[in-house]
Order: sequence, then C-alpha cells, then structure tokens
Amino acid sequence: MRALFLRELRLAARAGGGALTGVLFFLAVVATIPFALGPDLNMLARIGPAVLWIGALLASLLGLDRLFQADREDGSLDVLVLSSDRHMLALTVFVKCLAHWTASVLPLVLAAPVLGLVLNMEPVAIGATALTLLVGTPAIAFIGATGASVAVSLPRGGLLVSVLVLPLAIPVLIFGVSASYAAVNEPDPFLPPFLILAALTMFLAVIGPAAAALALRYSTD
Amino acid sequence: MRLIAENLCGERGGRRVFSDIGFSLGAGEALVVTGANGAGKSTLLRVLAGLLPAASGRAIVEGGGEDFPTVASAAHYLGHLNAMKPVLSVAENLAFWRSFSGADAPIETALEAVGLCGIAHLPYGYLSTGQKRRAAIARLLVSRRPAWLLDEPTAGLDAESARQLSSLMVRHREEGGMIIAATHLPLGLERALELTMGGEDA
Repeated sequence: MRALFLRELRLAARAGGGALTGVLFFLAVVATIPFALGPDLNMLARIGPAVLWIGALLASLLGLDRLFQADREDGSLDVLVLSSDRHMLALTVFVKCLAHWTASVLPLVLAAPVLGLVLNMEPVAIGATALTLLVGTPAIAFIGATGASVAVSLPRGGLLVSVLVLPLAIPVLIFGVSASYAAVNEPDPFLPPFLILAALTMFLAVIGPAAAALALRYSTD
Repeated sequence: MRLIAENLCGERGGRRVFSDIGFSLGAGEALVVTGANGAGKSTLLRVLAGLLPAASGRAIVEGGGEDFPTVASAAHYLGHLNAMKPVLSVAENLAFWRSFSGADAPIETALEAVGLCGIAHLPYGYLSTGQKRRAAIARLLVSRRPAWLLDEPTAGLDAESARQLSSLMVRHREEGGMIIAATHLPLGLERALELTMGGEDA
C-alpha cells in the first residue's frame, strides 16, 4: 500500500502540472472576485472564508476525473481490481485518494493563507479557514473518488464527475464555511461545526472508497 | 492445485459470445485458446479472471489453499494493455507491481529473462511496442502466481522475443504453473490442450 501511495505521488510529480494547475485556478477564482465586487475592504474580509472555500472546492474538482481513468487506459486498473483478494479494493481506492489529496489538494490548503491576504482577511479568519480546509478537503477527495469511479469508462467524464460530486460536497462546504465564520464572529461557537466537518470527513473516508470500489468492480469490461 | 471452469457462458453487451465452456487444468498444463476475431477469446479470459461476470457457470481454483482462494488471486492477467506507466522507468514500474503483490523476486532477473537489462532506467514511455510488451511480461516474473492468463502475449514481439516467451512459459510449466493463452500464432507450447472458439450461438 505504501508502494501504491509512493507510485501515485511520483506519477503526479512526473506528469507535472497537476498541483500547479489547481493552485493557479484557485488563484484565478479568488483574485477575480475583488475586481467584480469593487474595493469594499470590509465586505471582502466578511466574505473571505466563503470565497476561499468555494475556490478550493472548485479547484479540487480539477483532475478528479483522471483519478481512475489513467489507470484504466493503461490496464493498471484491471490488475488493481484483480488484486482485491490481497488488498481490499476499497483500501486501494482510499490510498489513491490520499495520494491525490496530498499531491493536488494539499497545495491548495497551503496557498489559502496567502490568498486570504488578498481578501483582506484577519489572521484569525485566515487560520480558521486554512484549518477547516485542511480537515474538510479530504472529504471532497473521497466523494470525488466515487464520482470518478462512476464516470471511469466515459472518455469525457470530467464534467459528469463535477456534476455528480458538487451536490454531495455541499454539506462539507456548509460546515467548513460556518466553522470559519464562527472563529471570527463572536457569539457563534467554532467547535460544533468544526467537529461535524471532521465527522463528515471520517464518514466519507469510509463510505466514499467503499462505493467507488463497488463502481469500479462493475466497470471492468 | 487445479483451475476448473464449469459451463462458462460469457456475454458482451447483452450478446452471448460463448457458452458451455468447461475445462480443468492441473499443474504444468496449458490451454491454448484459438478462434477468429470476435470469437470471445478475450472475453473468456476476462471472465476467468473475474473481471467480467459470467453469464452462467463458474471458474474456480481447487486446492489453492489460503494463498490462492480464487482464480483472480491465483492468476497473473496479461491483457492487451500492459499495465505500465509511461512516466515511470521500467524498473520503477516493476518494483511497484512487485511490492503491490507482496513478492520479493529480484527485478534484475526478470528483466534479464526478457532481455531488457540495459534499459531498466528508461521511462517506460520511451520503449518500442515490442519492448513494452516484454516489460509487461517481466511483470509476470516478479511475483509468483500459479496461473498465467495471457491475451495475445506475442502481440508486437519479434521472432526472437517470441521464442524467449515460449521458453519462459516452458519454465513456468516445469515449476508447476498453468497457462491459459489466447492467440492467433503458435506459441510453442507442447502438450497443450486446445480450445477453438467461435461459431456458436446460444
């Protein structure tokens, strides 16, 4: 399993551009919003966490469709599925999700504080948003694996994956943003939405790979 | 151990491509599957491996013990695609499959057996078609599985490499392995059972 994780990271690094594409897209979304809204610094600071979350959510959808498709095109997926007696397929999917998250989503989380400065956010809000992104974005990768496995046999499945994944990712977005807001808006408690966000990630870490494994099993023709 | 198929029927896109195929292979035996294009050779191999559900019938492994409870776990499947990543080097590809299948056979020996020793450090994508196929065959050698399911294993190989492959298959059978190969060309397998597919409609 460690071999699979390392292979995925190496592939992401060699194929090049995966992480950078995401970060640039994230930057583009976040940087255009102040131009659209005008120079109201207070408003920017107020909507900052929401903008960062939306940007990160959309950017993390990029490249999801390739999660299994690349393996299917070169035949690796067949061998991975056939190894399911040794390595439970759901676990294989889980490891692939983790590697995908490390290679293409973690850079977004790291870029978020810098982009927070662009939005005139307070340090506490920046910290809270980065923390919620760190905890919440793995959930998007796990949902994304399910979407990617359903669309694995479609040559242009990218759009379908996004359409499938977005509605399911809405709860993650809601609790991620509300926890970020609660960190700066005094009366609201930070911990409850944050813990629900963590619970969502853990729940989806189990459900997502299991569902994806099931879909992959029936897509091997 | 034995690999047994009972009354296997396979479907592709709702159309029955073969039906009532049954055989039993023991250690050291080989089955050569021949037939026209579209006769269902690849489908048969995928059904055997468990990649496609059988329309009816079943394929089982008898006496595989804890290590090889199912056909999928007892078999190496070499399909039309080579299951190698073009951006990783040949050695990296093989090292991954070796550790993923929990084996520790030396990669050098496998590469030597297919005659790719000098180019193990090259990215797989730089190789020619025949070299790619040979690297994929080396994957069968880095971890031991009693059964080899080979779909057109000689595709893209030159005469010399095809001979190399047939000597590898002979060695695999001498060590008690089983081979099921779908092919159009003679593979040099002696004393092999033959299964000719095609022409049947159910």
